[in-house]
Amino acid sequence: MFPTPIQKRSRAAQLTYQSILPIALIMWLLPLLAVMLFSMRPLTDFTNGNYWGVPSSFEMFTNYGRVFFESDMPRYMINSVLITVPTVVGAVALSCMTGFALGIYKFRGNLLLFFMFIAGNFVPFQILMVPVRDLTVNMGLYDTKLGLVLFHVAFQTGFCTLFMRNFIRALPYPLIEAARVEGVSEWRIFWYVVLPLMKPAIAALAVLIFTFIWNDYFWAIVLTQGPGAQPVTAGITSFNSQFVAQYHLMSAGSIVAALPPVAMFFAMQKHFIAGLTLGAVK
Amino acid sequence: MTVTPLLFLLPGVLFFAVYVVIPIFQSFQISLYDWDGLGEATYVGLENYSELVGDRAFEISLWNNVKWLVLYLLAIPAGLFIALFLNQTVAGIRLYKSLFFFPFVLSQVVVGLVFSWFYLPREGLLNAVLGFFGAGSINVLGDPTLATYGIIAAGLWPQTAYCMILYLTGLNAVDPEQIEAARLDGAKGRHMLWYVVIPQLRPATFIAFVVTIIGALRSFDLISIMTNGGPFGSTRVLSFYMFEQALSEYGFRMGYGSAIAVVLFMIMLVFIGYFLWSMWNEERQSGH
Amino acid sequence: MRSIIKTPLAALAATTMLAGTAFADGHAALSGTLRIMSDMGNPAPRAVIESLAAEFDEMHPDLTVELDIVDREAWKTQIRNALSASPPDVVNWYAANRMGPYVDAGLFMDISDMWEAGDFEGLGAVQGAMTLNDRQWGVPYTYYQWGIYYREDIFNELGLSEPATWEEEVANCQVIVDSGRACYSIGTRFLWTAGGWFDYLNMRTNGFDFHMALARGEVEWTDDRVRQTFANWRELIDMGAFLADHQNYSWQEALPFVVNGEATAYLIGNFAVPHLREAGLTDDQIDFYQFPAITEGMAMGEDAPTDTFHIPSGAENVPAAQEFLRFVTSAEVQTRINGPDALGQLPINAMSEVADDEFLQQGFDMLANNATGGIAQFFDRDFPAEMAALGMEGLQEFMVFPDNLDDILNRLEQSRQRIYE
Repeated sequence: MFPTPIQKRSRAAQLTYQSILPIALIMWLLPLLAVMLFSMRPLTDFTNGNYWGVPSSFEMFTNYGRVFFESDMPRYMINSVLITVPTVVGAVALSCMTGFALGIYKFRGNLLLFFMFIAGNFVPFQILMVPVRDLTVNMGLYDTKLGLVLFHVAFQTGFCTLFMRNFIRALPYPLIEAARVEGVSEWRIFWYVVLPLMKPAIAALAVLIFTFIWNDYFWAIVLTQGPGAQPVTAGITSFNSQFVAQYHLMSAGSIVAALPPVAMFFAMQKHFIAGLTLGAVK
Repeated sequence: MTVTPLLFLLPGVLFFAVYVVIPIFQSFQISLYDWDGLGEATYVGLENYSELVGDRAFEISLWNNVKWLVLYLLAIPAGLFIALFLNQTVAGIRLYKSLFFFPFVLSQVVVGLVFSWFYLPREGLLNAVLGFFGAGSINVLGDPTLATYGIIAAGLWPQTAYCMILYLTGLNAVDPEQIEAARLDGAKGRHMLWYVVIPQLRPATFIAFVVTIIGALRSFDLISIMTNGGPFGSTRVLSFYMFEQALSEYGFRMGYGSAIAVVLFMIMLVFIGYFLWSMWNEERQSGH
Repeated sequence: MRSIIKTPLAALAATTMLAGTAFADGHAALSGTLRIMSDMGNPAPRAVIESLAAEFDEMHPDLTVELDIVDREAWKTQIRNALSASPPDVVNWYAANRMGPYVDAGLFMDISDMWEAGDFEGLGAVQGAMTLNDRQWGVPYTYYQWGIYYREDIFNELGLSEPATWEEEVANCQVIVDSGRACYSIGTRFLWTAGGWFDYLNMRTNGFDFHMALARGEVEWTDDRVRQTFANWRELIDMGAFLADHQNYSWQEALPFVVNGEATAYLIGNFAVPHLREAGLTDDQIDFYQFPAITEGMAMGEDAPTDTFHIPSGAENVPAAQEFLRFVTSAEVQTRINGPDALGQLPINAMSEVADDEFLQQGFDMLANNATGGIAQFFDRDFPAEMAALGMEGLQEFMVFPDNLDDILNRLEQSRQRIYE
């Protein structure tokens, strides 16, 4: 193990390490802690210049209550859910199939196709912006959740295919050959043999894609506008103009907007990290 | 060879072609036109590109992109440093790792807001801390010489977390026998890290490099939220300038915007080429 | 708020039903959906548009009003998208040249026939602001004076009185600076507030006609007269008259400095008044004066920006949209929505009443009697849109780095030659 386990070092070193840990963490999260503190303060603290002292009162419920009951925030949150969940389902479904095809079958152009998916996944969004916007407008899907979902599904298929194909490659191939020998059809192999083995990959991808899509901002402002279809990342600017310069409410608003992916991460940590670090070790 | 793989591929490939592959070529084509997104497009050849050459805002954007690319790479050593720091087995270390990592799951919009409040000249915590140590206050986002660096620092926060988690995973898989063997040979500290550990972390470093480069060139959200390109246009990058031009209030310049996007794409293509080449080498070695 | 507004707001609407029914009469019953996309996102305007939508919905039983409110600053980059990609039936925008890009692109509906038919009684005086290429493209719903809003109590404390000349203005400011305050609060993050300063300095230094000639691209930015305007501006900048770090703040974020007394005055439109009152300042603490004269004998020009409603050319429910425009411009609605408890601005209908409010009365009087030079819209509405955008970026840069002036003016001059060609 590297670096040397602290247990093998002197008592002093151990104590130093133990005490540096929390300090380092606080410094690391300092900007975020500041926002959390802001979100609990009453307005009067800001007008009195009491930014960093003890809050004169704790207004957490009032502030967060106003976010939920006096703004469009709940609508934006619902939009985000309605955009994110179908995208996760769509992208994972498509990539299970493409990953299966590219991972199991040998055919000409297999690698080429695979590399196309990888390359597409790296391109800057701006090179797609004009044509995708145009396509969406022409299909009558501009400013709809469906328009966003379709694009996200397509784009995320690139990353998901990379992921799924590599995962399937690592599955025991003899299992599939055995099934073939017994005359099981390809569809049934996919459905009954491979898919059950892919559960961990599906879980990992689902949480990753959930986070990516929830956090998308660029496509939200290119393909939608207004609280009818916009997700919360885009809606937050509108929220901030409603409560402009009221840092306690703006802070509460952004914490609310950030919460779902954070909750998702802490709930599904193992899958999340497994997905993110795929390929980081041989 | 049956049609089965084709059927499996069809929906995914179709989607991907329509929304990703074809649009890339369309953008190239649009960049040769003068088009407001509505009426007829007029063919102008390379005029959009020659206009770019004399465009001061484009020049600033390009330079800022270079700054982003270079400085964003700091996320890799910083991530490694934190990973080494946290790679211990003391009580509660798992929670520490999670808390160090979780800025990565925040949306860039929230990171941008959090940091713009952190930098506020009066209300911001940064100046409160500087003041505590007796230093004068600085206005990070209001100063054109500092603003871009301020935004990059905000971007490095989640990016470092990402690199950290890659390295933590990588460190887990470092071969303990090699470490012990090296230790017996008297290697330790920096030498051990440089000659024994880092070579074994190559796959993690490669991925960290890939995601960091992509992240640097996708720096749109933070800029849009934190400075909106200002003060007086000093924090623009290509991705932001492209958006501004293509969807601007005073007339969509889809052609000009596409030309900027093409330049950005060409920069990216250099890296994409390198990534694919590396992956292809790997495929050849491991192919069954 | 895309709620389908029905009964819950009936009570609110009921009080104004009498006026409402008068309009509904004589028109075919409206049906379908009316989609309004509004940029009235700040708290007071938000309440106004929400109640207007509710009321209009109530007046027309077969019509459903859908209202989407978007951020006012974001709307400036979204409007073109909205008009071309999924046009609603009614949108907000601004008068004069700022309409130009959308008129030229054919995105606003020509509603000259409504103006000709006399649908907008009492709006004769503002027709010009809605006219481009001899046609009318929308209706105004409010306008407001600009001027210097100041802390009366601090002025009293320092023994200052409202200045009428530039010398007095500068002398006052010196006293304020010496007392440890900034003379003027300003937030230039979204640039346009700097445009207000330029408008006034230029109109006072060189006159309204010169300012408009510059807007039309007939004068070089490097002209000595333009430089004189900047020299006057610089006098204040060098004194430390302006709030520090203004490039970080939006205009709203710069308000608290006036409220807590760190800055004593604010060159801004009357829309700031409800915010100042909301923050706890009483009318004894705030007052207003016209931007003082600079060049002696120069007739005063004023900024009085007009905000508007338009029907996109892609609108689907045109009859309802047209009726909505008649509704918002009617004398009664105009009186109501511009009152001090609503927008707190001036009604555009001559038959409306200007509210009995210190600031509105002063502003109305100023525009009627002491704006003999002429009435401008605003920097970003009088200059062509692209010139305005580049210009305001230059103005902000000048306010932070006045030494860059030569470079800025040369750049603007280059742009002028390209944009107006």
